[in-house]
Amino acid sequence: MATPWEDIERAIEAPGQSPERLLALGEQILENWLEAKGFTPTEAKRESFRLLALHHQGAKDEPSFNACRETCRELAWHYNLLKDGGPEAGNAATRAMMVMVAKHLMLFVRGKMEVAELGEFCCSSRPIRALDKDELQTQARG
Amino acid sequence: MAEIINTMKRVAYYHGCALDGTGHGYNRSTRALAGALDLELEDVKNWNCCGAMETKNIDNEVQTYLSSRVLSIAANEMGHKKVMAPCNGCYHNLKKAEYDLGHKEKSREVVERISAKAGHEPYKAGQIEIIHAVDWIKESIGEEGIRERTKGKLKGLKVANYYGCMYTRPRHIFPGRDAGPGTESNFRPHFMDDILGAAGATNVDFPLKSACCGGAHTLCDSDTSTKLCINILQTAEAAGADVIATECPTCHAGLEMHQIRAEKVFGIKTNVKMIYFTQLLGIAMGLSHRKVGLQENVSDASSVLKAKGI
Repeated sequence: MATPWEDIERAIEAPGQSPERLLALGEQILENWLEAKGFTPTEAKRESFRLLALHHQGAKDEPSFNACRETCRELAWHYNLLKDGGPEAGNAATRAMMVMVAKHLMLFVRGKMEVAELGEFCCSSRPIRALDKDELQTQARG
Repeated sequence: MAEIINTMKRVAYYHGCALDGTGHGYNRSTRALAGALDLELEDVKNWNCCGAMETKNIDNEVQTYLSSRVLSIAANEMGHKKVMAPCNGCYHNLKKAEYDLGHKEKSREVVERISAKAGHEPYKAGQIEIIHAVDWIKESIGEEGIRERTKGKLKGLKVANYYGCMYTRPRHIFPGRDAGPGTESNFRPHFMDDILGAAGATNVDFPLKSACCGGAHTLCDSDTSTKLCINILQTAEAAGADVIATECPTCHAGLEMHQIRAEKVFGIKTNVKMIYFTQLLGIAMGLSHRKVGLQENVSDASSVLKAKGI
């Protein structure tokens, strides 16, 4: 069952969100995308993050979805910064950055879904749609 | 057959359409910078549109042909082994054409057929190296060379480097990236950071440096584009940036326009200024604000720079 975008947005912007919660909200954003496409969101992990596995699943046969790949990786990176006990742990500025990154992911995916009827959201990846599926998957893995 | 020119010091210059229009400050500063750095830009003669987004979305092969014609002129008629495109869209499209011609028989057939009809030699993959303006500066002058020439002129200026999406995606058209020390990264691009850092600027940690700005939908779904841009602008401000350095006329114009629209439509004001990296580097080289076309930007960074003594 998809989480309403308004709820996700409100939760991201709520003060004092923990890194765990922000990461979970990132996962909900990607779950919304996958469910809208008719997929069951994976429970698997990539590089220790379900978020990255969900992104990978969402980008299959949809290369333009890679336009949020680095945003997902930044979310995971900020989670690590805040959780690994290093100098950034508990840092309010790093936490604020993680909020902004989560918000960008929400805006991108939400926007992409809202304009789906208008054509491709990300023009840069359009041409690789012309490739055959095997080649596409090889590239996605690469 | 033209004389072969294979040096970073003298490259074919494909500025494309955006740098003739909204991105004129980028064009002006790139040319001024070339003069200041003793580099030579030779304009691609009789150039055409790279195929941009519109053609590509309708017919992928026609876009490949359009870009290949530019490459053919630079390589076959002008004798260049390197063509420099400062616009991310042009750079991306030329790289995509290069990839398609190296990997797809259909692309080769279409390019050969239309080239014959148009009366020019078809471009063949591998004839020319396609570089961006950041590659050109980084490889021809290098960080040490920039350091010597600028003497830390940008000291005190905090910069968020925004590369945009087309500089890094899709990964397979940029085969030389992420290949070890010294190479550019698709995951965390850093060439612009390296260049401006060498000129004395402080690069802030900016997590949205290659995030989507919604540029492709700026007309058909302006609100989504504005919201994405607001978030980029606010993140740069939260990171402590005085300015956002750009290397793409579309990204630059998008951030400028949506900064204004965000205030009008959503009542959200941001103060961070946008400036092309070539303008910043030109100023660091001692060129005047006017000489690098600062007056041609919508977002006026001059007061920020003056306040920093730059």
